[in-house]
Amino acid sequence: MIGGHQRFTAIQRLLHWLMAVCILAMLFIGVGMVSTIMPKYLTLVSIHKPLGMAILALALIRLAVRLRYGTPPLPADLPEPIKLAAHLSHYALYALMIAMPLLGWGMLSAAAYPVVLFGGVHLPMILPLSDSLHTLLWNAHFYLAFAFFGLILMHVAAALFHALVRRDGVFEAMASVSTHDEVMPAE
Amino acid sequence: MPQPRFVFGSLVLIAVALGGGAAAFAYTAGWFSPQRLTPKKIVNALAPPTGAALGHRRNHAKGICFTGVFEANGAGSVFSKAQVFTRGQYPALGRFNLATADANAPDATVRVRGIGLRISTPDGQQWRSAMIDPPVFPVSTPRAFYQLLLASKSKNPNAMKTFAGAHPEIAAFGAWAKNAPWTGSYAEERFNSLDSFVFTEGSGAEHTVRWSLLPAVQPVAVSPADLAKRGPDFLEQEIAERVRGGPQRWTMVVTIANPGDPTADPSKAWPEGRRTVAVGTLVVQQVEAERDGPCRDINFDPTVLPSGMKTSDDPFPAARSAAYARSYDLRTAEAKDYPRTATGAKP
Repeated sequence: MIGGHQRFTAIQRLLHWLMAVCILAMLFIGVGMVSTIMPKYLTLVSIHKPLGMAILALALIRLAVRLRYGTPPLPADLPEPIKLAAHLSHYALYALMIAMPLLGWGMLSAAAYPVVLFGGVHLPMILPLSDSLHTLLWNAHFYLAFAFFGLILMHVAAALFHALVRRDGVFEAMASVSTHDEVMPAE
Repeated sequence: MPQPRFVFGSLVLIAVALGGGAAAFAYTAGWFSPQRLTPKKIVNALAPPTGAALGHRRNHAKGICFTGVFEANGAGSVFSKAQVFTRGQYPALGRFNLATADANAPDATVRVRGIGLRISTPDGQQWRSAMIDPPVFPVSTPRAFYQLLLASKSKNPNAMKTFAGAHPEIAAFGAWAKNAPWTGSYAEERFNSLDSFVFTEGSGAEHTVRWSLLPAVQPVAVSPADLAKRGPDFLEQEIAERVRGGPQRWTMVVTIANPGDPTADPSKAWPEGRRTVAVGTLVVQQVEAERDGPCRDINFDPTVLPSGMKTSDDPFPAARSAAYARSYDLRTAEAKDYPRTATGAKP
């Protein structure tokens, strides 16, 4: 198993698990808030917006770190279609981490809602008031949220399959808390 | 590879993890909670028997836009650090409206009239509000409001009587609806927030308040029968005509609760003698039809507040925010059902 002992760098593992918590919280807050009229609706919305912006910032940092440090190679004996699926799903996860906050921000802008983060801190409008843009972005934000959650479930399934069934080190590459044996920077 | 038995156990474990995750997600989304009061349910319950007015607000569907200014006199800055209370002029955008789900309802048939208002300040913040002319809200809780909607649509002839028995607070609103004089103009209406909010001073001290817009024009009582003779859209025609003749004014008055006042219940008026402060004047300078007007795609969500103002223990603003958002998402997706005029030109 070539590369089986190589791990993501500590910063990559930290970002991964921090973002895992943030993104799962975000998705649950999202579906929870749109299905209630209780006072917690406002609380959830007031978390959803700044958390989304935090995820966007973390995702951009993570992308830069990924480009700098790369990833440990997948096991050589992993079938090619599975390798392809792994790569594509990771592209999709990055795309969603970056696109979802932008869609949300754009959707609020197109509806002329102030995008308040906390206290009096608010973001600029990134789009003009437009019913058609709002509808387009709202639909994208809504349906991609479910796609995102589905993709995360598949990601978890694959990770557990690597951890429990294949036992090929792929899971440990991200799950390890050790700071030793890190992957070398990509050339 | 581990032993087959262990593999099977692992696969079961993975399936359980995924199933559990999906189930938790579905539960959070309310899919297992049919009794949960969702924005969708409220908005669906607002629809008249003939169906919702596509492209329009799902309640207060009939209205007309205005623009103007809010002239703050500075008196409000004692209670709230919001810039909107600092002496000065701030742009205002709003909408006079009728509390009906029918965008074509004849004006004389709608008892409750309202105003949506957005005041913007140079610090980038906004104070949005949606007020109505009765002195109290019909019911105490959002759930009671939902039940009221169901009762009013029910085919059971005793539904409303049963509802009123279970929600005696509706009597105060009923008395107003029956006895309060009707007027012939939006300019003669007093509009009330009904919901309470919390003002925060720069020091952090808080005050629970309600607010009202008091008309500069003396109201003149007109019977609904006489109003009906003025045509189906007389309110819109009248306010457009009146504002063409000169700006119209309302004084914004803030009422400060005493400890123990029913701040969480808009169906209960606060006792007389509460401190009131005039904080400024709304000046309506121009009226425009909604179809191409600037208020059309604005959601007068009462929880859009500047820092220095926030929601209180009143449960309605949250419920209204959730329902208004649903209504907004629906109607902005239905623009083809309420097309702008070909030119889209503003007057």
